[in-house]
Amino acid sequence: MEQLRTIGRELAMGSQGGWGQSKEFLDLVKSIGEARSKAEEDRIISRELEYLKRRLADPDVPRRKMKELLLRLVYAEMLGHDASFGHIHAVKMTHDESLPLKRTGYLAVALFLDERHDLVILVVNTIQKDLRSDNYLVVCAALTAACRLIGEEAIPAVLPQVVELLAHPKEAVRKKAVMALHRFYQRSPSSVSHLVSNFRKRLCDNDPGVMGATLCPLYDLILEDPNSYKDLVVSFVNILKQVAERRLPTSYDYHQMPAPFIQIKLLKILAVLGSGDKQASGHMYTVLGDIFRKGDTASNIGNAILYECICCISSIFPNPKMLDAAAETTSKFLKSDSHNLKYMGIDALGRLIKINPDIAEEHQLAVIDCLEDPDDTLKRKTFELLYKMTKSTNVEVIVDRMIEYMINITDHHYKTEIASRCVELAEQFAPSNQWFIQTMNKVFEHAGDLVNIRVAHNLMRLIAEGFGEEDEGADSQLRSSAVDSYLRIVGEPKLPSSFLQIICWVLGEYGTADGKYSASYIIGKLYDVAEAHPTDDTVRAYAISAILKIFAFEIALGRKIDMLPECQSLVDELSTSHSTDLQQRAYELQALLGLDKQAVETVMPSDASCEDIEIDRNLSFLNGYVQQAFENGAAPYIPESEREGAISVSSYRAQDQQETSAHVLRFEAYELPKSSLPLAVSQASISTPTTDLVPVPEPSHYKEDNQMSRSQPSGDSLSGEFGVKLRLDGVQKKWGRPTYSSSSTPSSSTSSQQATNGGSSSVVGGSTSSQARESSYGSKRQQGTEVSVEKQRLAASLFGSSAAKADRRGQAGRKTAKESPTEKVATVNATPQPAKEQVIPSAPPPDLLDLGEPVSSRPPSADPFTQLEGLLGPASASPVLPETSASSTSKTADLLSIFSDDVQTGVTSGSTEPSLGVNVVAAKKGPSLQDALQKDATARQVGVTPAGNNPILFKDLLG
Amino acid sequence: MGIRFVLFVNKQGQTRLAQYYEHVSIDERRALEGEIVRKCLAPSYSLPLLGSENPGFSSGRYLCSFVEHRNYKVVYRRYASLFFLVGVDNDENELAILEFIHLFVETMDHHFGNVCELDIMFHLEKVHFMLEEMVMNGCIVETSDVEVVEK
Repeated sequence: MEQLRTIGRELAMGSQGGWGQSKEFLDLVKSIGEARSKAEEDRIISRELEYLKRRLADPDVPRRKMKELLLRLVYAEMLGHDASFGHIHAVKMTHDESLPLKRTGYLAVALFLDERHDLVILVVNTIQKDLRSDNYLVVCAALTAACRLIGEEAIPAVLPQVVELLAHPKEAVRKKAVMALHRFYQRSPSSVSHLVSNFRKRLCDNDPGVMGATLCPLYDLILEDPNSYKDLVVSFVNILKQVAERRLPTSYDYHQMPAPFIQIKLLKILAVLGSGDKQASGHMYTVLGDIFRKGDTASNIGNAILYECICCISSIFPNPKMLDAAAETTSKFLKSDSHNLKYMGIDALGRLIKINPDIAEEHQLAVIDCLEDPDDTLKRKTFELLYKMTKSTNVEVIVDRMIEYMINITDHHYKTEIASRCVELAEQFAPSNQWFIQTMNKVFEHAGDLVNIRVAHNLMRLIAEGFGEEDEGADSQLRSSAVDSYLRIVGEPKLPSSFLQIICWVLGEYGTADGKYSASYIIGKLYDVAEAHPTDDTVRAYAISAILKIFAFEIALGRKIDMLPECQSLVDELSTSHSTDLQQRAYELQALLGLDKQAVETVMPSDASCEDIEIDRNLSFLNGYVQQAFENGAAPYIPESEREGAISVSSYRAQDQQETSAHVLRFEAYELPKSSLPLAVSQASISTPTTDLVPVPEPSHYKEDNQMSRSQPSGDSLSGEFGVKLRLDGVQKKWGRPTYSSSSTPSSSTSSQQATNGGSSSVVGGSTSSQARESSYGSKRQQGTEVSVEKQRLAASLFGSSAAKADRRGQAGRKTAKESPTEKVATVNATPQPAKEQVIPSAPPPDLLDLGEPVSSRPPSADPFTQLEGLLGPASASPVLPETSASSTSKTADLLSIFSDDVQTGVTSGSTEPSLGVNVVAAKKGPSLQDALQKDATARQVGVTPAGNNPILFKDLLG
Repeated sequence: MGIRFVLFVNKQGQTRLAQYYEHVSIDERRALEGEIVRKCLAPSYSLPLLGSENPGFSSGRYLCSFVEHRNYKVVYRRYASLFFLVGVDNDENELAILEFIHLFVETMDHHFGNVCELDIMFHLEKVHFMLEEMVMNGCIVETSDVEVVEK
């Protein structure tokens, strides 16, 4: 032990810095490595940058030193500091003759700059030169740089050379040339469109590396246009077959799996090519079947391939046998203890149910377990699955769950997504309008600002139109329930803007309709809304218009209504508002108050938001007026386009404006040319901002404006409506009456029926297998019975297929209930086995990495103790492999020391551990003993010691 | 596109290597790394990592090694003190990426011999070169160990 340490120290003395880096660099790395906080790290880097600035300004820095300085710059940028002052030095270094320096230069440039940066132009020339180099390593470096740095404009400059290099004798060059071409395709498909045949050629390359790399561009091309590549299906299938039969060099193997990443890429390609193509899919079934048969479910990589197979099978033309195999593997994933596998299983299930929805039923309980899992990722994935399997029978449960989850998350991005999914599902499958409105209220309340405003308009439309049929009573009931709920909610703080808009509109339109609430009460509420949101003009506009409507309805009913003083002050405030829209609304309200009953009734008919407004585009009602004007000697109107010589009014005006503003710089874009309107006066009114603030066509506003303007004495606002029309037919009409109104009752009754079924049967099931369960499942199952009843109910409501199949489902529910405990027991019983299975094969192979594997790869059902036993057991028991057993014991020691909290033992772990174990490991590995010692020595020289601040730096990543 | 970025972060959330396959400005990088580190490191940190205090699989639960973030996914894996995080598009095979991380660590181990965090810090450029060999244009191109020879 002591001996080894001294040797290490001596080595360190001899090699002077060990890695050929200066003390300064090592110091920097050390101080960063030992920094305890981000702030400390920032301080170190700022100091470093100051130093680098000074050093780089020095004209004669030695080249090797420059490399080091560049790497220090890389560190600074990596840790989030701007080091742009040094970028030019990276560019300079690419000119260097020595390969390591050149590579470092290219690397630094690629890390610092993106292809649009000005300095990159300076590199293009170097790349061009290097592509012609005799040294293939220089060519490789240049091609790698081309992948990172050549932008769209620079492609022609290097393209001919890259194409030439596709036939280079060295496979590494060919591979990189293929990837460079791929990159050019990504940047600008048209620039290389004439060269895609090269990819086909490279697919037949002798070198598997080149072939594997070619799959990447081909995948992109095939995604773009599958039909042009159908002829390659057979080739791809053949390659996949050869790979699966281990025809590739073993260096491509990964954990005894032949070239798994190439297999996965091929499966992805086949999935695209076989999609909806029976003939192409026909070629694939055999090889897919083979892969399934050989599938190794004990290792991650094996499962990764199996998962890709499932994806492929669910994408290509369905084949029942393949689907069965896929479903079987999926259920293995779902039953696994590993969250990763469950996640993959849920995803796979989501793909399979597109083809056969019945597959889901078998996994109800697994899905519900995932839904209730504390793991957020898994939960989200499960929601994605539920979203895919929503039907009109289970929409209520699913959307309720989604909303419940939505309320509790803070992630903006995901909240938006799930809110829009709720809306989509509710619009598509809503069982009743009542439910729809309630659901929407919830969505708006919690995520109103995140959903599309279109949804808000849809909701208002629904409330306005009701069932759209003769059943007026139900409609008004719906509305008054909406009013009730809104009056309850409206006082709450922090309601989203779009929700407030809906509330205001509904209260204005229907607040007093059923006579339950007095006009002044509603007006008071609306006033509160306007008052509470002084900065939101849209909400204020909705509120003031709603107040206007209430007044109008009251006047129309002949009731006298007094203006509340605070309301009057609001109107006064708004009529001087900076927003012309608010001003207009306020003036409209004041004008309306001065009108008599008759006029008000025509202006604002009660409950007429759904009525179509007829617009007389020819303005025929003005004919009389025009006639009169003619008789008085007025000149007839000539459309602007037909006029000769005379400059139109509008162009005068435009000129005018231009002249006045000619002296000033104009920052705004030029206006689009407006076609002038038939009436000259309309010029004035076209600019009235009536609709400016509410850009989305929204029925009530236009109507109000329209009607207001009709009542105005002057004709000039008439044209304000010109071209604006209620677009009622364009909007999707997704909720319909016939199917949904009736379905809600049966579904709930069946689910309750099923619940009783499930409840009783689970008791039966419980008693039959209770013994086994108690012994193995322990405490978790003690609370099991009620939980399972609840889950069964949930399962029934989620997965039950239709009301008609109630009986069958009842049986199914009973069946699953019976099966579920035994199933669980089975998985529990099975779990110790996989753990052992995993460990045992990992012991015999001589590769040491595999021994370290169980630690790092987080095996799914890992009980570390059984694993350790497994490691020790079979390995040390076998006398045939004394070396491995020795090393395995040392590894075990390592394991223990890693996980102990004691710093002292932590110190002895890793490279410094001079135990027998390390000796054996190192001896077997060859160079690593020296490496380890050197590493240790250099580190010590700089002062980074395992006993220092950060011993963890020394921990072997793999072991 | 496939892989969007590769990040090595240590337990304290300090970046040890960052490689982006599309342009991200320094400020965005900082923000993104902060967000991701918070998301990925937090849960696994509080949980026993195959720890000795873990009495058995029933109580020691393991979270997914995948986290959805904005419009992509982050696959992460922990080795001793280092977290390896890979940002991928949504259609990427997460398990395969998880194994790719392991393959990369194995390759580094092959090159450095008992690779540790310090190796990566001292040989940042070599690690970058290795990554360049294995991932180009966001695709896994080379998975055989041969490329180590090249340097």
